[in-house]
Amino acid sequence: MFSSRYWREIPQRYRMEAAKCSGCGHVSFPPRLICPKCKGRKFEKVRLPDQGKILTYTVIHVPATPFKDEVPFAIAVVELDGGVRITSQVVDCDPSTLTIGQRVRTEFRKLQEIGDAGILCYGYKCVPA
Amino acid sequence: MREVAIVGVGMTRWGELWEKSLRDIYVETALLAMEDAGVDRIDSMIVGCMSSGLFVGQEHLGSVLADSLGAAPVPASRVESACASGGLAVRTGFMEVASGMSDIVLVSGVEKMTDVDGGDATYALGTAADQEYECYHGITFPGLYAMMARAYMHQYGLTREELAAVAVKNHENGSKNPLAQFPMKVTIEQVIGSVMVADPLRILDCSPITDGAAAMILCPLDQAKKISKNSPVKIIGSGHATDSIAYHSREDLTYLEAVAKAAERAYKMAGGGPETIDAVEVHDCFTIAEILAIEALGLVERGKGRTAASSGLTAIGGKIPVNPSGGLKSKGHPVGATGVAQVIELTKQLRGECGDRQVKNARRALAQNMGGSGGSSIVHILEVG
Repeated sequence: MFSSRYWREIPQRYRMEAAKCSGCGHVSFPPRLICPKCKGRKFEKVRLPDQGKILTYTVIHVPATPFKDEVPFAIAVVELDGGVRITSQVVDCDPSTLTIGQRVRTEFRKLQEIGDAGILCYGYKCVPA
Repeated sequence: MREVAIVGVGMTRWGELWEKSLRDIYVETALLAMEDAGVDRIDSMIVGCMSSGLFVGQEHLGSVLADSLGAAPVPASRVESACASGGLAVRTGFMEVASGMSDIVLVSGVEKMTDVDGGDATYALGTAADQEYECYHGITFPGLYAMMARAYMHQYGLTREELAAVAVKNHENGSKNPLAQFPMKVTIEQVIGSVMVADPLRILDCSPITDGAAAMILCPLDQAKKISKNSPVKIIGSGHATDSIAYHSREDLTYLEAVAKAAERAYKMAGGGPETIDAVEVHDCFTIAEILAIEALGLVERGKGRTAASSGLTAIGGKIPVNPSGGLKSKGHPVGATGVAQVIELTKQLRGECGDRQVKNARRALAQNMGGSGGSSIVHILEVG
């Protein structure tokens, strides 16, 4: 992952910045250049709410290489209040206790380390609310 | 548009083919398809391949494979739609013949997946999902389908046993397919007791990592008799649709909208809906995928796919035979080759060449190929020529 590829996603990953369509109000996360609902091209920058609920989840036992030291870990589709959905790990809890509908909130966490130098990559993870 | 026929097919046994290269497995199947059709020249080549770059470090497959086959300077294109690359190759070849651009087109799919280790293969497959907003957080493909399975269990009461019945059925069918990678039969207990991959999916819910290729010859229907001795099988419907790349953005987490849309287009072109179909190959990359696919194809009502395998509805002798080949589960899943192999199985079914796994009196058949977690899907409908 080249530094520019990481850097340009920082507003979304660190601050959860989304784009609210000035025409129809639909919120896109990550931001887009054209609204998928009304095809509008004007947006207002908004910050996503940090609370939401689990719609579905899994516990990964066989990971991709960058996550090999972290299994088993829970990951979920979370619907944030207002309707935007994200895929996020759910941490600081026993994965076997998770339920659909459970309230969670996002926190700023380390996601992975890349390359031989182990550069740290950050973003959001969810914890029980 | 000209009517299009399949006049030759070629496949070798799939598996961990460490002694063979991507080029070897491609050329072997291409030659088999040409021999089956009885042609000694082709006008054009289309190859479906998901990720030769990540799996073997080779792109520019059109040139590589035309050269390897000794077919240069024919035009050769590689097409990609993740795990639906094979279906896209069939569709692209279909359009090329239908349009009148070429007469004899070699359509293939190929993937060489075992030149990398399991972690790197998991990464390569993950590129079919949203790299920045799904994979970055640690999701895998089994993980995405596991989330579909859990959402479906929550909504429709699907049990672990009903899910396992899909694998049991497909391995039963695959045990009758001499080209299957894993032709052994499995039991419900073995599926439920197998190693956990992404809860609730276990290793026997998952299609394997496979090296393999598949090839076929397409030509205009009105020239089929002149070109080949084989009875032609017609492609009478082709549908293709896309959906959001990220699973979390789908409006309904238990429905594959791209499959429904692709099917709607294919049924319309074929002039008949799901009730006209005698045999089906669907993209059972995971057990839950078969359940979701048959619902989106309209073969069963929503929520009823749950019991389709356990009740015998989708067995070879059932009312709607699904995956008589053994499916991706038993036959193997070399991602770019799968969509072509599905159409090959149905061609052989319609020719009546499938022996113990033959669906009786099959006249019309449907193949459904899926890209990623449902970000794309391609549906073809075939009929006896």
